Amino acid sequence: MRRLIVNGLAAGIVALSASGAFAAVAGQPGSDGPNWAAIAMFVGFVLVTLGITYWASQRTKSRAQFYTAGGDITGLQNGLAIAGDFMSAASFLGIAAMVYSSGYDGLIYSIGFLVGWPIIMFLMAERLRNLGRYNFADVVSYRLARGPTRAMSAAGTLVVVALYLIAQMVGAGQLIKLLFGLDYAYAVIIVGILMILYVTFGGMLATTWVQIIKATLLLLGASYIALMVLIHFGFNTEALFAKAVEVSPKHLAVMRPGPLVADPISAISLGMALMFGTAGLPHILMRFFTVADAKEARKSVIYATSFIGYFYLLTFIIGFGAIVLVSTDPQYLDAKGALRGGGNMAAVLLAHAVGGNIAMGFISAVAFATILAVVSGLTLSGATAVSHDLYANVFRHGRVDEKQEVLVSRVATIALGILAIVLGIAFEKENVAYMVGLAFAVAASANFPPLFLSMYWKGLTARGAVAGGVLGLVTAVVLTVLSPGIWVTIIGNKTAIFPYSSPAIFSMPLAFLVTWLVSITDKSAEGKAAAAAFDAQLIRSETGIGASKATAH
Amino acid sequence: MDDAMIARIRANPSYIELKRKRGAFSWILTVIMLVIYYTYIYFVAFEPGVLAEPIASGDVTSIAIPIGIFVILSAIVLTGIYVWRANGEFDRLTRRIAEEVQ
Repeated sequence: MRRLIVNGLAAGIVALSASGAFAAVAGQPGSDGPNWAAIAMFVGFVLVTLGITYWASQRTKSRAQFYTAGGDITGLQNGLAIAGDFMSAASFLGIAAMVYSSGYDGLIYSIGFLVGWPIIMFLMAERLRNLGRYNFADVVSYRLARGPTRAMSAAGTLVVVALYLIAQMVGAGQLIKLLFGLDYAYAVIIVGILMILYVTFGGMLATTWVQIIKATLLLLGASYIALMVLIHFGFNTEALFAKAVEVSPKHLAVMRPGPLVADPISAISLGMALMFGTAGLPHILMRFFTVADAKEARKSVIYATSFIGYFYLLTFIIGFGAIVLVSTDPQYLDAKGALRGGGNMAAVLLAHAVGGNIAMGFISAVAFATILAVVSGLTLSGATAVSHDLYANVFRHGRVDEKQEVLVSRVATIALGILAIVLGIAFEKENVAYMVGLAFAVAASANFPPLFLSMYWKGLTARGAVAGGVLGLVTAVVLTVLSPGIWVTIIGNKTAIFPYSSPAIFSMPLAFLVTWLVSITDKSAEGKAAAAAFDAQLIRSETGIGASKATAH
Repeated sequence: MDDAMIARIRANPSYIELKRKRGAFSWILTVIMLVIYYTYIYFVAFEPGVLAEPIASGDVTSIAIPIGIFVILSAIVLTGIYVWRANGEFDRLTRRIAEEVQ
């Protein structure tokens, strides 16, 4: 039955591409036909990953297997998968586009995305692994009243997942429309269906392997483009930058921090959101439970940090390469001198400039694969919040049959997949640029404070955690709505009520403050019990004694 | 984990050693990373002109570029240093604690 579905879908995609559903390709220079190289490579990727999903489905029976691949993922594999989760289409195409249009500012974003990793390593990774089993809510609710803290963590998870999913789905639809000439709605539906198949049948094992394959392809593709740019300039970066300064309309301004971080408060706030948001992203945190022990968790982080750091250096070179090789070539520009297909196409068009149709096809296919892999990881963590937190722990108070819970998780995956398709289509014409930033701000303000304090502060009570987490979430969302990105750009008001581009500098300290205040004034018996259970939790988090081995049994 | 076990672990010399060494190490590394990053952000936010200086007179490459690369490399190196010590020394101590208190 599973094989039937898998084969059927694969055949459907092949038929769809053959029947000309992939019409003229807008983004492809010099020709009006579809980019067959891109389509062939993408179909190849889909077939391989569906094969892996079939293989994974044979090994995904228990709850631990579904949520965390039975803890059998190695440090290197998990490091690649984490890097894959992080190197989303938004960060690859988006940061290359940012460098293309603003020069140096793109690097500031890259750095912000990266520096959260050492902090996660030093303060959180091994404690998370030693305390949790399936998701970060396990850790928050380890000694706190289960119902309220699980419900709060699930809310934080689902809001972050929804925001991130919408941004990815809209990006996917627009990108695929450009690259393959496929109708927007079809593109979103294909992404949604493939993601549902991967996650529902293959669980974390398939999701991880899809992510590993895509991360490897993306690193290879980006390395190739950056290498070709460097070869073009004889490995002399001064020559590359000099040419960029010469041809860019901004000239020397591309070499220094510019308008994207114009005011200091926004710059610091954005820095906080990126750094601590990473430590509160549910689909990233979940990856710490797919490895056997703290040692492998640490290895995951050093591999992930190295791959991500390397990747951002490549993206910087790619952005500057695009300024020099794409912005000066009329075949890549429209009548007004802007990039054909929009700013996000900088990296894809550069691939064409340095490697022709095959390279462009490869990068296009990898960009599609990237979105597919990232939405799968997001959906799995969202489904886990529904089945493991809300269903098993809040509604059934932990008295639940394992089979039942996995079933609920699979149903939740399908529901989230359909929701993602619907939202993706609903938001087609909307500006979703703020959504990833908001997802990071919510993660930093709603998920990170309770998670961090639950591991480090004896005095934390369930009331404090819930009050702080909920307030952090609400503040981050409200301030973002009142900020220039939505209040002026989208709603159309003249001036923003909240003048800064990121809310984290206010919402995150507020969440910590309220959590602390409510906790110290909480004199309930429950609060005392939570404090009494802290010593045992601390020792387990530090030594791993008594920790779940995350085996498949 | 019962109270007797908790008391035994807390009195264990290896545990005390692990806690002292790892606590200091991870907080020092955290502070180093935060100082590097927020010093960088400080210059981006308040003194962008300083970062715009060329690395050598006549060059267009600004010092912002090697500094940015330094921040990226420092994140990788600091993480690597932690993993190297934790997977060696700290894991040996952790194993010893587990053996001694069982």
